[in-house]
Amino acid sequence: MADETTIDSANETPETVDLWVAGTEEAEFQPTTEGDQEIGSAESKERLAEQFGSVVEDDYVFDDEVADDDRMIVNMGPQHPSTHGVLRLQIELEGEIIRRTKPIIGYLHTGMEKTAEQLTFGQGPTNVTRMDYLAPLHCELAYSLAVESLLGIEVPERAAAIRILMTELNRISSHLVALATNGMDIGALSMMLYGFRERESILAFFEKTTGLRMNHNYIRPGGVAADLAPGWKDDVSAILADLPGRLDQYDDLLKENPIWLARTRGVGVISQEEAIAFSITGPILRATGVDWDLRKVFPYSGIEKYEFEVITGENGDVYDRYRVRVLEIVESLKIVEQVMNAMPKGDYRVDDRKVTPPPRARIDESMEALIHHFKLFTEGFKVPPGETYVAVESPRGELGCYLVSDGKANPYRMHTRAPSFYNLQSLPITMADSLMADTVATIASMDPVMGDVDR
Amino acid sequence: MRSGTSGQIGWSGDWEPQMNQVLAGLAEGFEDVTFSQSLGQDIASVPTDSWKAFAEAAKKAGFEVCCDVTAVDWMRQRPERFEIVANLLSMRHRIRLRVSTTIGREDPTVESLTPLWPGAGFAEREVYDMFGIIFDGHPDLTRILMPDDWDGHPLRKDFGVGSVPVQFKESHKVD
Repeated sequence: MADETTIDSANETPETVDLWVAGTEEAEFQPTTEGDQEIGSAESKERLAEQFGSVVEDDYVFDDEVADDDRMIVNMGPQHPSTHGVLRLQIELEGEIIRRTKPIIGYLHTGMEKTAEQLTFGQGPTNVTRMDYLAPLHCELAYSLAVESLLGIEVPERAAAIRILMTELNRISSHLVALATNGMDIGALSMMLYGFRERESILAFFEKTTGLRMNHNYIRPGGVAADLAPGWKDDVSAILADLPGRLDQYDDLLKENPIWLARTRGVGVISQEEAIAFSITGPILRATGVDWDLRKVFPYSGIEKYEFEVITGENGDVYDRYRVRVLEIVESLKIVEQVMNAMPKGDYRVDDRKVTPPPRARIDESMEALIHHFKLFTEGFKVPPGETYVAVESPRGELGCYLVSDGKANPYRMHTRAPSFYNLQSLPITMADSLMADTVATIASMDPVMGDVDR
Repeated sequence: MRSGTSGQIGWSGDWEPQMNQVLAGLAEGFEDVTFSQSLGQDIASVPTDSWKAFAEAAKKAGFEVCCDVTAVDWMRQRPERFEIVANLLSMRHRIRLRVSTTIGREDPTVESLTPLWPGAGFAEREVYDMFGIIFDGHPDLTRILMPDDWDGHPLRKDFGVGSVPVQFKESHKVD
């Protein structure tokens, strides 16, 4: 008897209940081979053409005479300190020379696009600000502009000017981190200390204005969360007075430093054609000589009113990316100065009580204000159906927000076009046939933020 | 280091708005493609069969960058469940075009744009990972953000949220 029951239970196929995908067919499951220490199938001409794009010529001739013993696959990361977060690279080496690279990402994936579908439009900025944690204000700006484009509202002039002021300061602080980490990775440790020191003064201003050093939730649909703090002009003036001198110090330190030049000139080169084929944007694209800047081409928040130059490089190597970032700080300082001197008066958010909450004082006096306040913070505001794509120029490139609404109070779909995600994709061709020792310089000059890559 | 060039591509080069000409050129030979506008942004709705052919024509017409590929799950809202959206950008003409196609749930397969724009590679892997859409002709269509052994595709509308078992939740509480 006992035997029979065991046989019965063995024959019975247990009923599996799939909680996650009830009602959907599984797409064909194709496991990767990343665990097997294998980068991909052997290089064939077709595969190379697919990987590199038709416009790109691959000049590496795969040498069949090299014995298997001479090739080695090395794992870098995900916990390597110089990979700027949790980036993992599989690198196939032939001696000291990198032949193939495969970036493996997803270690910081937190499903923010799924989360955005659960949050209301008003709560959205708290979510997106955590994506690119070095440029949180740009993420908030792209999201807010997308919501406003669906709502069809224009923010007041002062709100737009505050947004430009804050995002340009954010660009400076983000580029300072890029310079600092780039310096540290190549061995210029003093650059790391200086970069973070100058960034601190900007973060202090952010803390005074928004309440937090990072993850601000300051730029919201309809305007900004609060007006600039009293005495903000003194703080910004201090930053403006301080930074140019400091930038000169960096130039003394690095610009003509022979060690720096040897480690960065001609390293990690990417050509214009490659950069465009791989959808690369931002300083990396501009370092190749393409003067493409969304602030000039598709201006947002009235940035066309301010004068600044688009900085381009020539060679597309690590040195040019470093120079582009330094000079972009100078241009951003110009914009900040112009915004500060011409800050319009008026309201810092749109005067539409269906979108922005009423002032605190009104809630005590007006029943309607109280109802508006309550509705906004419980169910949020409804956004008319439609879809839109809005992009801003973040310190890393084109940061776009694709937003679909079906008329409810939370987005039907929110997708972020993350610049680091696309820039990282070019690592295999940027690092091909270069020295292992240059890996770290190349990664650092890409300035990837893993929060932005994985979302 | 220069500031501003007069290269062929870029904002300071010769430029005049050519959206209508570019779109008119694209519409030739694709009678079943409908062009529309949403909030001033141009959208081309393409049948699935001519997805890659249209993309190829768009690339020839000057859309040299594929900014983004993503998808929307219209479960129980539209007859065709998935909408694939590709964001194309022409640096030469300084215009954007959003190309979309719809596919049903039975056979969610479209042709990959990776042979045209290698930059679409990661984006298509992400869409495969999140929606389970197969891109035919992709060189390495594997999961990119989720773990390899993950069940299901998280951004589908019938994928639940917030019910992943929490580790160590049975541990002693600190009062």
